[in-house]
Amino acid sequence: MIRYVISRLLLSIPTLLGVATLIFFMLNVLPGDAVETMLRAEGGNPTPELVASERARLGLDRPILVQYGDFLSGLATFDLGTSSWTGKPVVEEIALRLPVTLQVAVLAMLLALAIAIPLGTIAGVYHETWIDYAIRSFAIGGIALPSFWFGMLIALVMLWYFNWLPPLGSPSLFDDPLRLLQQLALPAIAIGYRYAAILIRMMRSSVIEVMHEDFVRTARAKGLRAGHIIRRHVIPNSLLPTITMIGLEFALLIGSLVVIEQVFSLNGIGRLFLDAVSRSDLAIIQGIVMVLTVIFVVVNLLVDFAYAAIDPRIKLA
Amino acid sequence: MQALWTTAETATRDSIAKFPAESRKSARVSDVMVSAAKAVLADDSGTAPAAVAPLLSVRDLHVQFVSQDALLNAVRGISYDVHAGEVVALVGESGCGKSVSSLAVMRLLPGDGATRFTGAAELNGKDYFALPEEAMRRLRGRDIAMIFQEPMTSLNPLLTIGRQIIEPMLEHLDMTMKDAERRAVELLTKVGVTDPERRMHQYPHEFSGGMRQRAMIAIALACNPKVIIADEPTTALDVTIQAQILELLRGLVDELGVGLVLITHNLGLVARYADRVHVMYAGRIVESGSSAQVLEQPRHRYTIGLLGAVPHLDQPRQERLKNIPGQPPSLRCLPSGCAFRLRCEAATKVCAASPGRAGDGGHSFACFHPGDLRRPIDNPTGTETRGGKADTGIALRVRGLSKDFHLGKGATVRALQAIDFDVPEGGTLGLVGESGCGKTTVARTLLRLEEATAGSADYLGHDMLSATKAEVTQLRQQVQVVYQDPHTSLNPRHRIGHALAEPLLVHGLCKSKAEAAGRVEELLGLVGLPADMATRYPHQMSGGQRQRVGIARALGMNPKFIILDEPVSALDVSIQAQVMNLLADLQSQLGLSYLLIAHDLAVIRHISDRVAVMYLGRIVETGTASELFEAPRHPYTQALLASVPALADVGRARRQGIAVKGELPSPLDPPSGCVFRTRCPLASAECARVVPAPVAFSETHHVACIKV
Repeated sequence: MIRYVISRLLLSIPTLLGVATLIFFMLNVLPGDAVETMLRAEGGNPTPELVASERARLGLDRPILVQYGDFLSGLATFDLGTSSWTGKPVVEEIALRLPVTLQVAVLAMLLALAIAIPLGTIAGVYHETWIDYAIRSFAIGGIALPSFWFGMLIALVMLWYFNWLPPLGSPSLFDDPLRLLQQLALPAIAIGYRYAAILIRMMRSSVIEVMHEDFVRTARAKGLRAGHIIRRHVIPNSLLPTITMIGLEFALLIGSLVVIEQVFSLNGIGRLFLDAVSRSDLAIIQGIVMVLTVIFVVVNLLVDFAYAAIDPRIKLA
Repeated sequence: MQALWTTAETATRDSIAKFPAESRKSARVSDVMVSAAKAVLADDSGTAPAAVAPLLSVRDLHVQFVSQDALLNAVRGISYDVHAGEVVALVGESGCGKSVSSLAVMRLLPGDGATRFTGAAELNGKDYFALPEEAMRRLRGRDIAMIFQEPMTSLNPLLTIGRQIIEPMLEHLDMTMKDAERRAVELLTKVGVTDPERRMHQYPHEFSGGMRQRAMIAIALACNPKVIIADEPTTALDVTIQAQILELLRGLVDELGVGLVLITHNLGLVARYADRVHVMYAGRIVESGSSAQVLEQPRHRYTIGLLGAVPHLDQPRQERLKNIPGQPPSLRCLPSGCAFRLRCEAATKVCAASPGRAGDGGHSFACFHPGDLRRPIDNPTGTETRGGKADTGIALRVRGLSKDFHLGKGATVRALQAIDFDVPEGGTLGLVGESGCGKTTVARTLLRLEEATAGSADYLGHDMLSATKAEVTQLRQQVQVVYQDPHTSLNPRHRIGHALAEPLLVHGLCKSKAEAAGRVEELLGLVGLPADMATRYPHQMSGGQRQRVGIARALGMNPKFIILDEPVSALDVSIQAQVMNLLADLQSQLGLSYLLIAHDLAVIRHISDRVAVMYLGRIVETGTASELFEAPRHPYTQALLASVPALADVGRARRQGIAVKGELPSPLDPPSGCVFRTRCPLASAECARVVPAPVAFSETHHVACIKV
């Protein structure tokens, strides 16, 4: 197992390097000059001399490969450059906002898992009954409703019927976890619903499939209790495809966070990203994409480890 | 009385749970149980119980599948008894209802309204069909256990073998984890798993097929059941492993006094291992009796036909197999009366009126026109197709064929090691061996689907292995292949006519679609299919028909040479006989040469002139069919032949010992010297040193063994 973990960790390095390269060159081949756009956004009509001096200040006049090498060596030392808007280091800007985003994402994921695994299992076990239809309708709802709209809806409902609004400010997880939960619950529900819906459908179909496996028939022939068969035989086997989905869907979760942070006025990565785009703050954009990629790779590594922990066939392979 | 019986049973169970080792050493567990039960019975009724009360008694079992437009009668009133220490076989071809009936007996059919079953089933005189599901669950695995066909998929891949054996004990026997683990080790030892303490903690993927089936048997035995139902327990296994597993089961039945229901399509297994047989056809039992009665003096016309269709190891190839015309009826439209009458040459009006009643007692058969008592398989009425072909030319001469597969990390599987064989012109070479011996790799290298590592294959002056791409295209017209699985080797989206016409047009054998359509009709006629089959899709045909299409497709190129890769192993016995006869007819009509790859020795015997026996990438013995089958020299060939259960085994002393012990060694790490030495009864130290060179016993008969 340890060998497996180490080898997977080492294997993720080339992945990250590839992504970094891709990000760098994609942003560099974008049409339009970033510096010019930025200066125009400030309202002026920049002279070519001003643009040139500004480019020289930012080091953008150097050959692209030199810039690339600079970018890579920066990455290795966690130096992602400075924001062209605020002038602060990118790392600092991101570190300020990352916790909120991660907290919402993790909360949404936990929420989704807590809902999806039991509901998906129940729907699969009782498939083609009214229970299954009810759970499937619930799941279809999650996929059909846009999460920003659903988020606004639940916020309005809470306000209208309970006269309750999420608290403002930025409470810390360690000092005031309850207040933090109150603040993050609604956005987590808003995006967790969609996540849960997808996982329910995955779990349901894999439970249905596993229920028809020969080894489940063997378990029944052994006279085991239905509950035991589902817990020990059906669920672990059904989790394998579902876990893969958890990793893949995490990317979409981050995507919907960009919108949901606006809805709930959270000062997170998504918001920073939108601002950076509107200000053409390339360093920030680059930094955020890099951080999100790392998160995505880490989540999928965890998924692979979970897979290996459940399935004994993996370790040998 | 019921209560008393249960008490006796509980008492015995407690004693097993407490003293697992002692109780099995001192007395056979189930004997203790049976005698305890009998004592209670006798006390209760005041009279001795009937001499032999069946352990399991199934009465008038019906199973129906409810589909949207029809009610499918899968099982139509079957009854049978199983006594202690008895092996009862349910035999029939696929779709006859034998597996469905066993699932119904276990009450394992899905209870979602799509399946209905009626009838009665008694376990030790107690009707358990009437029990609520929860009470039935307590019986399952404890009093009646089941072994399934596919050991590969019937075990949970995520749980250890030990865990899966322990589960039913914890559930039913109220044992502690420690006792259960100890018993699991004992059970694994009993079913012949070596090093059980270690292997208990392994997962199913670390077990070979045969070992998994042993583990399945250990699971079934875990709670000392009274009855075990084994549904095709060895169909997925090799013949030497099959013999080991069935010897094990038979031994357990004799030792523990359980009743075994053996569901199989293999009549040879019935002959060797079963006490009583019930032959099923279209959901009914058509004939029952002792193995000797049914196999030696079959009376029902279907049984007679089935026995005639089985290829025999002791019959040379000149004889045509008798076959049963047509196919088993579809469950959707079963004929009235006797379901077999449409395929039966003796059928008259009376057969349509009622199914006939099987009499009671020893040997019964539901047939109005039973065959006479003469044993029909003694005088097969086949016509001689032609004489021996041993002296004609050589169509394909293979020399030194080798194939290595490199697995990375320096690991190499030497799948073929310097193989030599000749395929006689207009004749058949049978290449036989167990799975993993490399026989399919031979076909793939000859077809250039894999590149051979070394060697030559001389086909009429062309080396098939070194031919250029253009030459290969040429050769592929002359050398055709028929695959094992007729279902997956036809594109499901193409009509049969299209599948047959495509290669004709691609290779330019037909200039226009109209011309191709004519040729397709001709080809279908050649393989005995009506011309309107061309408009069908593969799923609208039966397995036998699809295999005929596969043969027709090969014939379309006007080949001279056909590689037959397990051409009949997916087919039922009666259909298999039809296809084998077709292959023999085509060979004599068109002068084809065949390379027949098969694991079934009887099939090989039936259509081969020469035979080559493979083991772990080497050919251990070659010879003409008669040399090899009548006077096998190599210990592996001898063991293979002894492992095949034959119809003639009926009534013979059953337990002649297991022919070959152990399992195929890993091809990654083959034994030094002679590859067979690890399983060979004659092996000595010398065998580990020398790779045996073939010794010639006649011009055709070569044996690679230093001990002969």
